[in-house]
Amino acid sequence: MANPKAAFYWAASCGGCEIAVLELGKALVDVSKKVDIVFWPVALDFKYSDVESMPDKSIDVCFFNGAIQTSENEHMAKLLREKSKILIAFGACANGGGIPALANTTSKERIFTRVYKETPTTDNPQGVIPQTKVQVKEGELAIPEFYNTVRTLDQTVGVDYSVPGCPPVGEQVTAVMNDIVAGKLPPKGSVIGASDKSLCDECKRVKGDRKIKKIVRTYEIVPDTEKCLLDQGVICMGPATRGGCGAQCIDANMPCRGCYGAVPGVLDQGAKMLSALSSNFDAENEEEIEQIASGVTDPIGTFYRYNLARSMQRRKKARRV
Amino acid sequence: MTINPITRLEGHGKIEIFLNDDGNVENAYFQVPELRGFEKFCEGRLVEEMPDITSRICGVCPEAHHMAATKALDAVFHVDPPSAAKKLRELLYSAFYVADHTTHFYILAGPDFIMGPKAPKAERNILGVINKVGLDIGSSVIKHRSDALDAVAMIGGRRIHPTCGVPGGVSKSITEEQRTKIEEIAKSEIEFAKFTLKLFDDVVLSNKDYVSLIKSDFYTTPTYYMGLVDDQNRVNFYDGKVRVVDPEGNEFAKYGAAEYQQHLAEHVEPWTYLKFPYLKKVGWKGLVGGKDSGVYRATPLARLNVAEGMATPLAQVEYKRMYDTLGPKPIHSTLATHWARLIELLYAAERMHELSRDPEITSQNVRTIPTATPDEGVGIVEAPRGTLTHHYTTDEKGLVKKVNLIVGTTNNHAAISMSIKQAAQGLIKKGEVSDGLLNMVEMAFRAYDPCYGCATHTLPGQMPLEVNIYNKERALLRKLQRP
Repeated sequence: MANPKAAFYWAASCGGCEIAVLELGKALVDVSKKVDIVFWPVALDFKYSDVESMPDKSIDVCFFNGAIQTSENEHMAKLLREKSKILIAFGACANGGGIPALANTTSKERIFTRVYKETPTTDNPQGVIPQTKVQVKEGELAIPEFYNTVRTLDQTVGVDYSVPGCPPVGEQVTAVMNDIVAGKLPPKGSVIGASDKSLCDECKRVKGDRKIKKIVRTYEIVPDTEKCLLDQGVICMGPATRGGCGAQCIDANMPCRGCYGAVPGVLDQGAKMLSALSSNFDAENEEEIEQIASGVTDPIGTFYRYNLARSMQRRKKARRV
Repeated sequence: MTINPITRLEGHGKIEIFLNDDGNVENAYFQVPELRGFEKFCEGRLVEEMPDITSRICGVCPEAHHMAATKALDAVFHVDPPSAAKKLRELLYSAFYVADHTTHFYILAGPDFIMGPKAPKAERNILGVINKVGLDIGSSVIKHRSDALDAVAMIGGRRIHPTCGVPGGVSKSITEEQRTKIEEIAKSEIEFAKFTLKLFDDVVLSNKDYVSLIKSDFYTTPTYYMGLVDDQNRVNFYDGKVRVVDPEGNEFAKYGAAEYQQHLAEHVEPWTYLKFPYLKKVGWKGLVGGKDSGVYRATPLARLNVAEGMATPLAQVEYKRMYDTLGPKPIHSTLATHWARLIELLYAAERMHELSRDPEITSQNVRTIPTATPDEGVGIVEAPRGTLTHHYTTDEKGLVKKVNLIVGTTNNHAAISMSIKQAAQGLIKKGEVSDGLLNMVEMAFRAYDPCYGCATHTLPGQMPLEVNIYNKERALLRKLQRP
């Protein structure tokens, strides 16, 4: 039987997902013997035109990382969907928008104004703003359109599987690759390369009664390394976040920020965390609840750090969350 | 002529080259077709989360953003970390440099030299290198890169996107067992760096053709140079002052992080999403080099050009040898950046070793809890691809009000554009395009290790490239593509 044909692509992302694949090192070399990589612009020499000329569904599996923030991202998502039998949303950005989706707290216009006109080092007396098409004296130059709203891959095209994480951890990526080679993928629509439980379920810290009297910022205390961070008042996204990462951040005595996305069965990771957190407030009355809740100073950046594009809200509207 | 896609900073890159009536290169445009908007969407975030958020600017060099952000937090909170914490940060950072520079040399840039710029394309990659120099070296490259990242993870908690940076220190100390392991790794990295320099010597420097290529006109661009130096003007990646020298090598400026605005400004063009930083006191004169143009470079070669030496013994010997061979200082040859990068690799390994043996490195005292009200701060580190500046302003609750970022590769946006144009002008004459064009243009680009290219960090190390050549009527003349 012929080796399965695989493609890798990046859209609006940092490149960490690509490095996560390369990090496999020797394992990648082993996998590459059982898989034919037909498109991987970051690593191998194939062009957009090569993909365009492929027959539909001729790629067996495409790993797509990054969110959709420009017209080029969208074009490639649609093209690779047409050409691929299986499309995998790989990493936090493709799945939930990731950090780039924090752009949904503002707008294209405000971003452009800040970046090209306002920052203290910008020197732009004419107020020049990049344009999708510009006539220079030698000809025309074009760049893709920057979208007002960052979207996930599955808000753009149909997606078959999700691999969460910012970036997905090495062991999980290896396991996913091996399952693909062995033809052992679960039913379409599944999340793969992660656990079916919450991060709290795999965290080794001792959980107490979770009575939160005051929310503590990470810089304010040196947390006890044995005790649950929530018990110590530090907002840790563990209860709302899918496990499978190995709790690396928590081992470094830092809280989970939710990069593995919502726990199974939950649509809105931030809402889930908010309800988990508020149910642990050690308060007798409304006033005390208000008092404790006032410790949450950036709800969007805290509860939707990696998942704003996936949230019910999706982007900031006129009303504050 | 379109080269698309090349590689990435926060995405992909594109080169457009236009020919004139005589079929010679009229102009070249290097476009970055992506933008994220960190300078805006970080507003409203908890400032202590900036090391986590901004490391997602780049997954290739997240350590650089993590460190610049963490140092900016020290300044925002007016807190001085314990000495052991600073050393742990620098140890992590040195290990990161070892991994990063190793990958660049062996996987991206090295093949041009080891296989030769005109070698068949199918051989001009890491696999070709392994065939030529031996399989052992291939495994050694993978091992030494991976080991260095193990050290990063022991301190930072993660191999990609570390999480240890907090205002006033780091989130955890290391155990004696981890220290011993890091020391072992560092020892081996020093030997590996020495071996790599020897390889460069044997293959590149002992070959007259390569040396003349390095010295050739179309790879030579006189500009200003920028880099961090310690209190003795030696190269430092983690801390110190930014020193700028003019194209003749005279000190032009030396400044601390908080003063960056007096020295840097950024120009905007409508045809690219990336801005063009330049020296404010010299001014923006367009994409030109020389003393009257504010264009500067911030690369491994730039760092060596602004410094008076290296802080570790073996690297210092190599430093002297480079300037004895290619000097005088400053060296303007873009391709000498590869040699400079290997000297930095050796320095990073030696520094890693020194720090791993520091009696304080396993101290439990790695955090000072801030007590001052947060307000404003700037953090600067040397990213492998250039001086990296993070500047935050907050309200009294520590919510971010304003952010400004001047990112590694961005520093070199103007210089990269110029180098590409120069190489193209040297190769395209009267509409005749040399077959070596693709690779020669790439070589000009690649010396900067632009983070537009995670291509830099991948197998087998050729950036995807397509060149469409248009005549003066903009009709397609010829199409070149990698086989």
